[in-house]
Amino acid sequence: MDSGTVSGIVTGILIVTFIGITVWAYSKRRKPDFDEAANLPFADDDEQPNRDTSASPNGADSRKHKGDRNT
Amino acid sequence: MSTALEHPTYNYKVVRQFAIMTVVWGIVGMTLGVILAAQLVWPELNLGLPWTSFGRLRPLHTNAVIFAFGGSALFATSYYVVQRTCQTRLFSDRLAAFTFWGWQAVILSAVVSLPLGYTTTKEYAELEWPINILIAVVWISYAIVFLMTIKRRQTSHIYVANWFFAAFILTVAVLHIVNNAAIPVTAMYSTSIYSGAIDAMVQWWYGHNAVGFFLTAGFLGMMYYFVPKQAERPVYSYRLSIVHFWALIMVYMWAGPHHLHYTALPNWAQSLGMIMSIILLAPSWGGMINGMMTLSGAWHKLRTDPTLRFLVVALSFYGMSTFEGPMMAVKTVNALSHYTDWTIGHVHAGALGWVAMITIGSMYHLIPRLFGRTEMHSVNLIAVHFWLATIGTVLYIASMWVNGILQGLMWRAINPDGTLMYTFVEAVEASGPGYIVRLIGGLCWVVGMLIMAYNVTMTVKRGEGARQPLPQTA
Repeated sequence: MDSGTVSGIVTGILIVTFIGITVWAYSKRRKPDFDEAANLPFADDDEQPNRDTSASPNGADSRKHKGDRNT
Repeated sequence: MSTALEHPTYNYKVVRQFAIMTVVWGIVGMTLGVILAAQLVWPELNLGLPWTSFGRLRPLHTNAVIFAFGGSALFATSYYVVQRTCQTRLFSDRLAAFTFWGWQAVILSAVVSLPLGYTTTKEYAELEWPINILIAVVWISYAIVFLMTIKRRQTSHIYVANWFFAAFILTVAVLHIVNNAAIPVTAMYSTSIYSGAIDAMVQWWYGHNAVGFFLTAGFLGMMYYFVPKQAERPVYSYRLSIVHFWALIMVYMWAGPHHLHYTALPNWAQSLGMIMSIILLAPSWGGMINGMMTLSGAWHKLRTDPTLRFLVVALSFYGMSTFEGPMMAVKTVNALSHYTDWTIGHVHAGALGWVAMITIGSMYHLIPRLFGRTEMHSVNLIAVHFWLATIGTVLYIASMWVNGILQGLMWRAINPDGTLMYTFVEAVEASGPGYIVRLIGGLCWVVGMLIMAYNVTMTVKRGEGARQPLPQTA
């Protein structure tokens, strides 16, 4: 097997792997886990919110609509 | 540093140290850039001394802004983000302290050795072998601290920002060690173990991935934490962030040959580098859109929050320069743009517009929280800094576009008999006005950084001794 064939096979494996990752990431089963992960930056809030919370609808509300909005 | 500031769980000391040094090295690195820009307008400013000549100060400028300013920012934010999203203390306080002092020692050795003329001549890897060994030791310690902290996490997930930080740390370790493999000849002189076209290919495999992993993946880690925090809503699509991560990691590695178009590198390798650079547009823009859309429903915050403005404009410049990059990697475009000021303009669209702006936005979020406050001393001064930085970047990029295209066209212009229409020095002369505009842009940046230094000083002073947040001021 020459190096061109090896390169071709490796490229093929990488494409299949990448498609696999994409399918896995967008599977319905993963959604609750990813929603939880997406909220990790807010999980241990021991600090004051930003100064302009009065301008936003309210902080708690926005966190209920977590994760993807493109499902 | 008063003990009142100590967090019960987290190690904030090392984060504070790196955050302060980010501002300090930012001022040093950018001031060097302004001096170099001035030397291109008035060459006598090199003072006729070898130590202050352009060729020696230029690598000092690039090392100071990339590794001292950018590096300190990456250490500070990665240590902060990994602790807060894993809800655990850094793996080892001692090893973390070693990474701080070790990294500062690396920077100081660069400040001494580069003006003295010690260089490997490899761009962005100029430091000589003893310093390279120190870098490798510090970097491996960094990897241990970071990865062991992830291992000790109290949460079930590893937040996406930590994936980007981890990829950046691991890849930079590999890049640094492979590219700097050299045979020491004397205490401050070595020769690369690679030769000829292989040496060039290894150098630009390193060089472009330094852009891809040091200046992109690391700062994307920053983006995935600080944009949601400052916008007060989770990232637009966590799924997209996973696809973004793997696509970026898989593609970036192959783009290096576009630095070597029309050289002794085999033609197929040049074409491969070009194709992979074009493909890179997809993951880059996927990440940019993910960051931007995080603001959907929160756009009004940009009116009142200059910190958020820094973060969002950084994403805009990221989108712009990751479009420009693939375009310049196309061989026919590169035939015009290569070796001209267009390249320098492109680099600074990324370095000032993306890297520095996302860093500064993150620091304005981070620094008050590290010192027991909720806000910087003056929000108005953040707004002033924002406008100086934005105008400075636009002046810089626009002048280098004009200069670059002008130089490219003048160099390739030929008379009917096949001789060159212009001498090289005529192109230099024509670039003069652009160099002045670039200098003004750079000055805007340094003034902005000095304002930041004042704002940070006042925030630290007020914050000391007061763990309780101050009442909010209107």
